Amino acid sequence: MRFANSRLEPIWDKVRASERLSREDGLALFESDDLLGVGRMADHAKSRREGDRVYFVINRHITPTNVCVLSCAFCGFARKPGEAGAYEHTIEDMVAMVKDETREVHIVGGHHPDWPFEYYERMIQAIRAARPDVQIKALTAAEVDYFWRRWKIEPKEALSRLKAAGLQSMPGGGAEIFSPRLAKLLKYTGKADPERWCEIHGIAHALGIKTNATMLYGHVETLAERVDHLLRLREQQDASGGFVTFIPLAYQVAATKLVPRQTPPADSLKTIAVSRLLLDNFPHVEAYWVTLGEETTSVALHFGADDVNGTLEDERIQHLSGAQTPAGVAREQLFRMIRDAGKIPVERDALYNVVKIWP
Amino acid sequence: MPCEAAPTPNTKDRFTAKRLTRDEGRHLLTDAPLLELGARASEARFARWPEKVVTFVIDSNPNYTNVCITDCQFCAFYRKPGDREAWTLTVDEVLAKVDSAASKGATTVLLQGGHNPALPLDYYLTLVRETRKRFPQVTPHFFTASEIHTMAQVASLPFTDILDRLWDAGQRTIPGGGAEVLSTRVRSRIAPKKGGPEAWLEVHREAHRRGFKSTATMMYGHVETVDDLLDHFDAIRELQDMFGGFTAFVPWSFKPGNTLLEKWIKQYKGPNMYLRVLAAARLYLDNFPHVQASWFSEGKPTGQIALYFGADDWGGTLFEENVHRAAEYVNTISVDEIVTLIREAGFTPAQRTTEYEIVRRY
Repeated sequence: MRFANSRLEPIWDKVRASERLSREDGLALFESDDLLGVGRMADHAKSRREGDRVYFVINRHITPTNVCVLSCAFCGFARKPGEAGAYEHTIEDMVAMVKDETREVHIVGGHHPDWPFEYYERMIQAIRAARPDVQIKALTAAEVDYFWRRWKIEPKEALSRLKAAGLQSMPGGGAEIFSPRLAKLLKYTGKADPERWCEIHGIAHALGIKTNATMLYGHVETLAERVDHLLRLREQQDASGGFVTFIPLAYQVAATKLVPRQTPPADSLKTIAVSRLLLDNFPHVEAYWVTLGEETTSVALHFGADDVNGTLEDERIQHLSGAQTPAGVAREQLFRMIRDAGKIPVERDALYNVVKIWP
Repeated sequence: MPCEAAPTPNTKDRFTAKRLTRDEGRHLLTDAPLLELGARASEARFARWPEKVVTFVIDSNPNYTNVCITDCQFCAFYRKPGDREAWTLTVDEVLAKVDSAASKGATTVLLQGGHNPALPLDYYLTLVRETRKRFPQVTPHFFTASEIHTMAQVASLPFTDILDRLWDAGQRTIPGGGAEVLSTRVRSRIAPKKGGPEAWLEVHREAHRRGFKSTATMMYGHVETVDDLLDHFDAIRELQDMFGGFTAFVPWSFKPGNTLLEKWIKQYKGPNMYLRVLAAARLYLDNFPHVQASWFSEGKPTGQIALYFGADDWGGTLFEENVHRAAEYVNTISVDEIVTLIREAGFTPAQRTTEYEIVRRY
């Protein structure tokens, strides 16, 4: 492979030999202006694992409440109790949101000041009872940490009880970006810090609960902070091994306006590619269409992504934060994104068991 | 009018030692790995234009009539003569649109319309002459090949005479619309009354011979096969060898809304196919100076990504556009946004004229 930038050549040698990339390699990849060179390496790494397969799931997001004790500077979703637009779903409402075809529910919400831990336990039990075939992916490490902060329930106990109630996996949210500087600047110091976030995922993995990981990028972070975030995740995966998918989340500008515009598609494509290359121990890297838009998502399938998330019948958080994509695209639209890239749509469940390879 | 130039091959503009064969072109349009293709196209673009500059034009695309007797299956814009939604603007009304575009800083007005047999030749010539006279800063980039044929039929003159008269009125460039896919099979299927590929090619050939510059467009993503696209590439590459009169190649994907062709489209053509067509064109059309990223038809994100796949031009502001709008496809942009989009993609924006001369760097 020829590169516009010779700094990439030694990295390509390592990628071909399946050698682990260093922090310096990660920075060189992010700093390179040879977007397609970085993309081709990531495509090589992706194709070696998954060939032309691209995964999706028929899923449903449930956001129990937007009431949140935190005031993260990047969030356009949270409301204070009693504030206009604040809402709290009942368990019955949430059970009713799960449709016949749904294979995965994804449950993430605000850090509610009053809801007891048992409310979440009952919520999961109720969905489990009503829809035994639906896989429940619920509660970020930040929310699990909050159960300790608010109710002094240890993560191990919380996760064991939630697992007994029917929780099968955990989403990767709440990681934001692992940086004390940004936690302070963007006012998320009240949330699980990087060590705590990783510790909770480690506990989940030890309990047999698979989890995802995310990174919120495209705001005021540096490229070095992105690299350090990815390497911390890689280290945790070496230790506990239960991460399934990494999902880079492009910051949505809308109301919070940390930067004037959403980061451009080239940056998202590169971030996906570098993630694929650095996270050599993560099975999957996702191009999340809600934050990227359909076009960039489709192109990202050549830049190392092997998953587009799912049909998302209700995607409240990103939508209220201003994602321009319509809330809830049908399976046909996912096919379009995948097939335009010349890839094969593979319908999966929450744990990446193959449901159907679509012709 | 300039004397007729001899058709000497214009090989000096080629940037590759070896011209791609049809089989190589087929490989690029079908199974070449997309990013490898893009990297090659980008290399070719920088070999020709080493600076990381992306040009754009401030322009508007008004229309003078939607009356059309050609019944193309892909078109949502036209109305038949006598239809209650049919309209035709007077010369003054068109000039008011040129005035409006000029007042917003436009240097190009791309004027086109339906094939309206009720309009006399003088109507068109007056539009060119008056635009030149009243708005010297605006290039009248008027009338596609099929409109020139319509003028010739109505006036009972050879189309070459029409070209001469347009030249005498002050016109120097011709827009490349109406090419669709330059393949006999495709054109007889989707635009049977527009004539075969030669109907479009002969106008551009004779225009280039007279010193006009023009663009070549291609509208894909409907009933064409890869061979049809290669026919198109071959036809315009061959013509470009004769006079070098094409400034740019501008591909876009078909927008099926409100058209007769809609129900025949089986396969959606999205951003990946667009990037493939664009990059393949950059390599195959080795004698075309510019390749345009169509933010308008493909969306701004794809437009930005296309700058990594061999495109060196962003197209225009399109202050007014009605043809895609009729297919329920609407997209708008400002000069500030163009500058921002080009910059954030990592390039230096530069405003250009219709003929790709740089006016201002940002």
